[in-house]
Amino acid sequence: MSVTVQEAQAKQVSQWVYNDFNLNVATANGSGSQTSNNLLIRSLYKMGIPVTGKNLFPSNIQGLPTWYNIRLSKDGFLARRERVEIMICMNGATVAEDMESVVPGGIILYDDSLPVANHRKDVQYYPMPVKTLVKAADVTYTLQRYVANMVYVGVAAFLLDIEMAEIKNALDWNFDGKPKPIQLNWSMVTAAYEWAQQTLVNDQPYRVRRMTGFNEGTVLIDGNSAGALGSVFAGFTFAAWYPITPSSSLAESMITYAAQTRREPETQKATYAIVQAEDELAAIGMVIGAGWAGARALTATSGPGISLMAEFIGFGYFTEIPAVIWDIQRMGPSTGLPTRTSQGDLLAAYFLGHGDGRHPVLLPADPTECFEMASTAFDLAERLQTPVFVLSDLDIGMNLWISKEFSYPETPLDRGKVLTAQQLDAFKEQHNGQRWGRYLDVDGDGIPYRTVPGTDHPAAAYFTRGTGHTPYATYSERASDWENNLQRLARKFETARSLVPAPILQEADGARIAILSMGSNHPAVVEARSRLLDQGIPTSYLRLRALPINGEVRTFVERYDKVFVVENNRDGQLYEILLTELPGLSTRLVSAAKCDGLPLSARWITEQITQ
Amino acid sequence: MTATPTRTPAARAPKLNLIGLEKTAYKGADSTLCNGCGHDSISARIINAAWEMGLKQQDVVKFSGIGCSSKTPAYFLGMSHGFNSLHGRMPSVATGALVANRTLIGIGVSGDGDTASIGIGQFKHLVRRNVPMVYVVENNGVYGLTKGQFSATADMNQTLKYAGTNPYMPLDICLEALAANATFVARSFAGDAKQLDALLKAAIAHNGLAVLDVISPCVTFNNHESSTKSYAFGKEFEIPLHELSFVPSYDPIEITEEADETEVKLHDGSSLVLKRLGNDYDPTDKYLAYRTLEEARQQQKLLTGVFYIEPKTPSFVDTLQITDTPLAQLSSAQTRPSRNALAQLMAKL
Repeated sequence: MSVTVQEAQAKQVSQWVYNDFNLNVATANGSGSQTSNNLLIRSLYKMGIPVTGKNLFPSNIQGLPTWYNIRLSKDGFLARRERVEIMICMNGATVAEDMESVVPGGIILYDDSLPVANHRKDVQYYPMPVKTLVKAADVTYTLQRYVANMVYVGVAAFLLDIEMAEIKNALDWNFDGKPKPIQLNWSMVTAAYEWAQQTLVNDQPYRVRRMTGFNEGTVLIDGNSAGALGSVFAGFTFAAWYPITPSSSLAESMITYAAQTRREPETQKATYAIVQAEDELAAIGMVIGAGWAGARALTATSGPGISLMAEFIGFGYFTEIPAVIWDIQRMGPSTGLPTRTSQGDLLAAYFLGHGDGRHPVLLPADPTECFEMASTAFDLAERLQTPVFVLSDLDIGMNLWISKEFSYPETPLDRGKVLTAQQLDAFKEQHNGQRWGRYLDVDGDGIPYRTVPGTDHPAAAYFTRGTGHTPYATYSERASDWENNLQRLARKFETARSLVPAPILQEADGARIAILSMGSNHPAVVEARSRLLDQGIPTSYLRLRALPINGEVRTFVERYDKVFVVENNRDGQLYEILLTELPGLSTRLVSAAKCDGLPLSARWITEQITQ
Repeated sequence: MTATPTRTPAARAPKLNLIGLEKTAYKGADSTLCNGCGHDSISARIINAAWEMGLKQQDVVKFSGIGCSSKTPAYFLGMSHGFNSLHGRMPSVATGALVANRTLIGIGVSGDGDTASIGIGQFKHLVRRNVPMVYVVENNGVYGLTKGQFSATADMNQTLKYAGTNPYMPLDICLEALAANATFVARSFAGDAKQLDALLKAAIAHNGLAVLDVISPCVTFNNHESSTKSYAFGKEFEIPLHELSFVPSYDPIEITEEADETEVKLHDGSSLVLKRLGNDYDPTDKYLAYRTLEEARQQQKLLTGVFYIEPKTPSFVDTLQITDTPLAQLSSAQTRPSRNALAQLMAKL
């Protein structure tokens, strides 16, 4: 392209839009588009631009429509945004609909072999000769489909000014330095870039440019990898799992990270075991068995998995066995939408099991919290001797998030009240002459002391049973034994309130209304609050990080006229829990719940509050 | 004057085992099962085997599911940790616990409902993984605790007072185990103390999953003569495949191979000696095991003994390549990677 052409087109564009637009890529799944999309998002991230990527994929292996949404926001707003300024169309099955979705003034890049109808007058079109370029690249037939997606990377790089050096870095990173695929893909990207440079008149307004101030001290990572890393650094020793979308990558990442970091130096033997179980029943059974025997044990699953685990979770609650259950929520009920996000398991996780019972539930909002809460979950499970849930979701778990770099866990592992043989000897003396009983509450916090099998002491053994038992773990059907035990378990749950992660409060001057939310809604809430402030409505914000709630939640709600409980499910499950826990404040609580399988948007939250 | 020494009759010295304990030290709580229950006889055999082998009870863990059989771990080895789990789910719990602490000796007790009905899936996967433990099925062909329904091992065409007539062929626990690649498959009868003693000891010494399908009559719901799982039937019709004896590793006796005997060396150096009775039976021949079991099933014969044994397959714990120190006993210095390791991983992201 000559200099004169560039100047001519520059005059046509009245206003450049830098680092602030939404790019949507429509492809068919199984076509290798993930690599192309990763190159785009990673190179933008490395240019210092705040970006977020949301993968909207089908529950299928090959051939169904997939969208990858990359939002750039110079102001650092990373929620899903509904407006699309730039559409890249690579899938004939959805091209008509995809082209319609672009806002007026937007641009559309499309594979010129697609059956394209109704040309809109209010957008700009950039047909890409994908077939011709792929043919010219001279690759084997089987690889053509994969490299085809590199064409839009090259064309987008030209149109948007993405630094080619960063695309190359991203490619090197993606293929871990393997020369063959790097070369193959790079030649396709550059060929497409050169074609665009020679052919296209770039008179559209969207541009990216390097910036600073946001991405420093961060990593670009998904929550499942983060949770896996967190578990590895939390000293997990046992994991059992059964493959289920969207949780599988948590267990698979654990396998990778643990193999790299968790070998005994002298022998190279593993300091952990990860078992792929035959189903979720067995996965949780193994975890309960391992936790009972003294391991730090976890499982990762999703909604259908926790349904299957219900009996064991209730058992673990009643027999007081530590276990950590990661639920990467997808849309239910039933099989639901396996590849769409949701916060619909909150009630199920909190109350899982028949009879009375409640479980601590941790609510990470991003990958960094997934990393941190992996440790917290184990510490709580072992301190409280009970199953603990970590409720992530597909949006956090499988999408890439800009996350604060993980800091090394400084606090020592809390292994809870486990008696050694020596401590067992001294127990009576230290506890006013009371001999040790497995379910005896000597400290008044509802938490008894336990021993693990293999403790070399003739009085260490006890019999674990899911039936009625005395403080000394003997069988009992006596009414008072039963009731006392359940009351003690309730007391233990009260202890949990002060141990779980506290909520995070942001209170605004002059605010009369507030937002109470959790988990992956955070970026949308942040953006909604900013929009509301622009409209003259200051809001305060409480981000709940765990159940059970503590006193801070109550006093927060008391301070505001209206508290919108924002969540990603149909029934307002968090709202329902708050109604139960804060019955006197129910008139102040307003439910704002939505379930369409997508992460909440700032627009929707703003509407709920201004309506 | 010399005092006439008076001789008081010396109290008979209690019989002590290798680690200096009397047999009574291996007892548990009193049984609450029906008088004459076959399960209590099996508990007595477990007590005896553990005592004779000199097991330290702190090294043993007991597992069970739900049902009459699953109550029994409370009635033996009172100084061992016990885990009465969920119905049909003992295999997964035991798997987790035995991986968490590889030094523990696992003894599981289940029933025919717990194993062959609700728990058949977990049972088969436990077998498939070759988790090192003893898995006793106290098989009476009936649900006792819920009062007399048929289980999946009930005889075909058998009639019970409340349940009526059973129209289905039974599942054969030994065949199911064999099909799932079991490395130790045996059947016995609760009334055959001698055989059970030898089998239990060999099962404890086996480095892998040992399945013991023990016919254990339910005196309350299924002890009539028409049942293959009654005392009368067992006493009259039990056909042992061989006469078994267990020679522990610490026993200095050199086993001399007799013409009518087969010796199988176990992982810990002990041996199981099988003395032939009538037919030649090679317990290392899997095809023969299938055929023998299927014939016995079709003819509803109570054939007992070791059907199959393969002591060389690595156990699940071996397969995992985990540290010799039990995972549950690793220190945080051993389980939390270094600051540097995190820095390196962060730099790669």
